[in-house]
Amino acid sequence: MIEMRERVGPIGSLSPEEIKEIDADLSHYDNNRAATIESLKIVQKHRGWVSDESLQSIAGYLNMSAAEVEGVATFYNLIYRQPVGKQVVRICDSVTCWSMGYDKIKRCLEKELNLEYGETTEDGEFTLLPGPCMGACDHAPVMMVNNNLHSDIDGPKAISIINDYRSKR
Amino acid sequence: METPLTQNIGDGKTPPNLAEYQQLGGYEGLKKALTMSPKEVLDEIKESNLRGRGGAGFPTGLKWSFVPQGENAPKTKYVVCNADEMEPGTYKDRWLMEGDPHQLIEGMIVAAYSISATVGYIFLRFEYVEAARLAEEAIAECKQNNLLGKDILGSGFDFELYVHSSAGRYICGEETALINSLEGRRANPRAKPPFPQISGLWGKPTIVNNVETFCNIHHIIKYGSSWFQALGFGDNAGTKIYGVSGQANKPGSWELPLGTPARELLEKHAGGMKDGYQVKGWLPGGGSTDFLTEEHLDLAMDYDVIGKAGSRMGTGQLILLDDKTCPVGMTLNLIKFFAQESCGWCTPCRDGLPQIEHFLQKLEDGKGCDEDLVILEKFTKFLAPGNTFCALAPGAVEPLQSALKFFRDDFDNHIHQKCCPYQEQEAGE
Repeated sequence: MIEMRERVGPIGSLSPEEIKEIDADLSHYDNNRAATIESLKIVQKHRGWVSDESLQSIAGYLNMSAAEVEGVATFYNLIYRQPVGKQVVRICDSVTCWSMGYDKIKRCLEKELNLEYGETTEDGEFTLLPGPCMGACDHAPVMMVNNNLHSDIDGPKAISIINDYRSKR
Repeated sequence: METPLTQNIGDGKTPPNLAEYQQLGGYEGLKKALTMSPKEVLDEIKESNLRGRGGAGFPTGLKWSFVPQGENAPKTKYVVCNADEMEPGTYKDRWLMEGDPHQLIEGMIVAAYSISATVGYIFLRFEYVEAARLAEEAIAECKQNNLLGKDILGSGFDFELYVHSSAGRYICGEETALINSLEGRRANPRAKPPFPQISGLWGKPTIVNNVETFCNIHHIIKYGSSWFQALGFGDNAGTKIYGVSGQANKPGSWELPLGTPARELLEKHAGGMKDGYQVKGWLPGGGSTDFLTEEHLDLAMDYDVIGKAGSRMGTGQLILLDDKTCPVGMTLNLIKFFAQESCGWCTPCRDGLPQIEHFLQKLEDGKGCDEDLVILEKFTKFLAPGNTFCALAPGAVEPLQSALKFFRDDFDNHIHQKCCPYQEQEAGE
């Protein structure tokens, strides 16, 4: 434990809360690098996405090069290196959902939100992304909004789910 | 019929906490294991004939027996649970973890004892937030009750367990890629040998097993290997979490004797096909297994029988191809997934899968020609086992090679009608 603290570098712009959470994760490993993905997720949880500045702060704190952290950040599709909406909507596009009506759901949501995959609504509320198999195929088709799974959906249901999130604002 | 893995899981029931789990007989397998030597535990697992439930079906006891033991063995060893369930069409591990989190933890502690491991990780996919929360809670309960930590139940055995949740990418399910990911690296697979049992996480002996595999371990110790062997049909040991998804009346998951015929899954448990749909084909256990057809439905769902029929049992969670769904389109969907999820490390996979996607898309768009089918056939050979760094690409071409065999007429119709006949059908509805 003491050894590890010595290996921790400059904190950059990390908040005390973020540091607390990163430290909790660091305690699970004998090696700083192992906390890279969790640190990226922690920062993303607090800030919505991972900017260059946040990435450099993480690299500094874990005593890694920014390039190494960037290599990891860009490998994993759930680390967002550009801003996303407050609600990230991911429609499962894998095999069972596809055979159960994925295309129609996608068309409905694109029309409702007036955007295409990878885009964010002008009010910054929703980002629409495709998602690989979400492990709920007995309730296909499914989609996730943030960390919440919505199953047995169709086009109209998907739209009403989205609107529920909109009204929660 | 005995269902050890799901006995504590009920529809809408909250998962048992530690006290409830113990009342139901939980941690008795661990207590018994701690009275045995690690070698005796390992021998019992070997004897049970348990095969890995993640997809490859490798004998679990044999896998663990490669871990160095004895005085000269490294002091630090790791047990890792592969809970990165991302195989398309698979949702069994989610059910087990959300239904009975202590079961997985007990299995992992016993496994750790058998190889003298000191630290364990549950490598969970990002989306399984509920499973992560339940596992964290269960681990905290175990720590308070001396089931994890130092000197577990006064046995002198130390074991710490942590949840490690991921950030996406199918390739993390490949065990050496998973190890790289756990170390905080890009999830590129590693060269084998050395196998993880010798040099895995941070270069230390490591075993990586699927959730369902670990869930079996303490039951085997508690009731014995002959009890376990008798659970399966024929030569198969144990039960299996089977599932059916697609256009069936009641898609779902069920724990059944290993070797249950596919037809029984579909007709008895999944309630048959929905009105107006017929089975055209099925993938026995995930998106990286070869298609079988209606004719194969009477086959027993076991590693050897499905293997002999030219496919793989994989995860045992069957995906239906119905007669209203285009086989070329379904293969394209699968290939797109694998092309996207390729880690990009080796050329056949990184460049081959997008090429296959291109040719299948061409067929779907009605622009394909006979020559394309010859090229697709060639690709299934180029990306076959032995030509790629890991099993991702060979798995990806399994549905393609079998679709070309069983649904050739459909491929030909796309070429000769210059369109996808199934899309015409849908538009006409």
